[in-house]
Amino acid sequence: MNLFQTILILFGAFLGVFAEGVLTFPRSVLGAQVDVLPVLMVYAALNARLLAVVLLAIFGGIWADTFSANPFGISILPLFTVGFSIFTQRELVLRDLPFAQVVLGAIAGAAVPAFTLLMLFSSGHKPVFGWGTLWQFAVMSLGSALLAPFIFKLLDWAQSAFGYQSRVENSFRLDREIRRGRILKK
Amino acid sequence: MFKQKNYLALGAVILVALVLLSLPTRVTSRLKLAVGSWFLPLFGLAGATQQIPADLASSVLPRRELLKQIDNLRTENQQLKSQAVQTAAVMRENDKLHALLGWQQTAKWQLKLANVVMRDPANWWFTVQIDLGARDGIRENLPVITENGLIGRVSSVRQTSSQVVLIGDPNCRVSATVENGARDNGIIIASDPLDNSRVNLTYLASGANLKPGQNVLTSGLGGIFPKGIPIGQIVDARSVEFGLYTEARVKLNANLGSLEQVWVLFP
Repeated sequence: MNLFQTILILFGAFLGVFAEGVLTFPRSVLGAQVDVLPVLMVYAALNARLLAVVLLAIFGGIWADTFSANPFGISILPLFTVGFSIFTQRELVLRDLPFAQVVLGAIAGAAVPAFTLLMLFSSGHKPVFGWGTLWQFAVMSLGSALLAPFIFKLLDWAQSAFGYQSRVENSFRLDREIRRGRILKK
Repeated sequence: MFKQKNYLALGAVILVALVLLSLPTRVTSRLKLAVGSWFLPLFGLAGATQQIPADLASSVLPRRELLKQIDNLRTENQQLKSQAVQTAAVMRENDKLHALLGWQQTAKWQLKLANVVMRDPANWWFTVQIDLGARDGIRENLPVITENGLIGRVSSVRQTSSQVVLIGDPNCRVSATVENGARDNGIIIASDPLDNSRVNLTYLASGANLKPGQNVLTSGLGGIFPKGIPIGQIVDARSVEFGLYTEARVKLNANLGSLEQVWVLFP
């Protein structure tokens, strides 16, 4: 857990937001675009410091709103709510299991847009909403679920390839060394 | 479970979000502009990457194929030139008749070609970003069209790019006329989130004589969209609110799902 991991997550969010806007797939086929930010938030909440969760919520939310008709900053709270909830319970989650990653990805993929829509409606905005929104939620949730193990593997690999591991404290101390005498060599 | 740093983080994020949400629109649009500029290298990279296959295709295309294409384009150009001459004659005649009757002259449209560079990352808005901005003379509420018909209007302008809100988004309401005997007027409103090829035309007169295939055009009411821009065709109609008014589904002429190049119209 170091600064490189936080930078890596933020860089992933930066690229992810750009890709969501530029790529027509899967929107052209399934009618909805999959959001990468909830999955990254799950990763950050399970594997990184609280600072990473905070920064991802703020910067990810701001980046997503920049190219959207969303009011500026409205995506911050939904992302943070999901990230913070997972972060506080992360000791109970088996984070290395793909099943846990898939389930959390699916929940986050549906919860973040649901909270965002709730905030939009409560602030008086009128987004496109109808029965089709349920399908879009299903696509976003499923997409996030499928993306989660892949993003976990990718970020873990990038972290091990480019980052540095924090030094593990060794239990060996010179003053506590047991010097074995001749008596044992008998 | 809840440590002090957790409370601090929670407070900090809530504070940042509330501050950003309470900023005036003018400030947030400037912030969006500033943050959007961070992505300029990525836009450049994406543009260059898209250019590579096109360059590659043009370099490997046989000369015979290119000559054939030039011939086709030459023929099409001649046809369009003769049509332009004919249209100019009709326009002159129209101007004369306008002058004779003392009607106000209709202003000629000026168009600027723009590339669609991005779509809205959120699924609940129908907006796109185009590569023309304030430096190209773009301003808010200018209509945006394709060769097939109306697609929306400019909703916000930055220095080098603009946001276009598409038909079907609740923020893009268009006053429209049905090309029938009664010239029924209605308003194009939001469509289904999944199907952006169809929109609803509502507030039509209760006895409106609507038939599938009838053309729907902009009415010119409202002051944003000039009169006569094609929008789409009637698919079906139904009476709503216990017969108070009629609502029709309209199939859009323009394909909003695959927009690449659009025209910004300066009325």
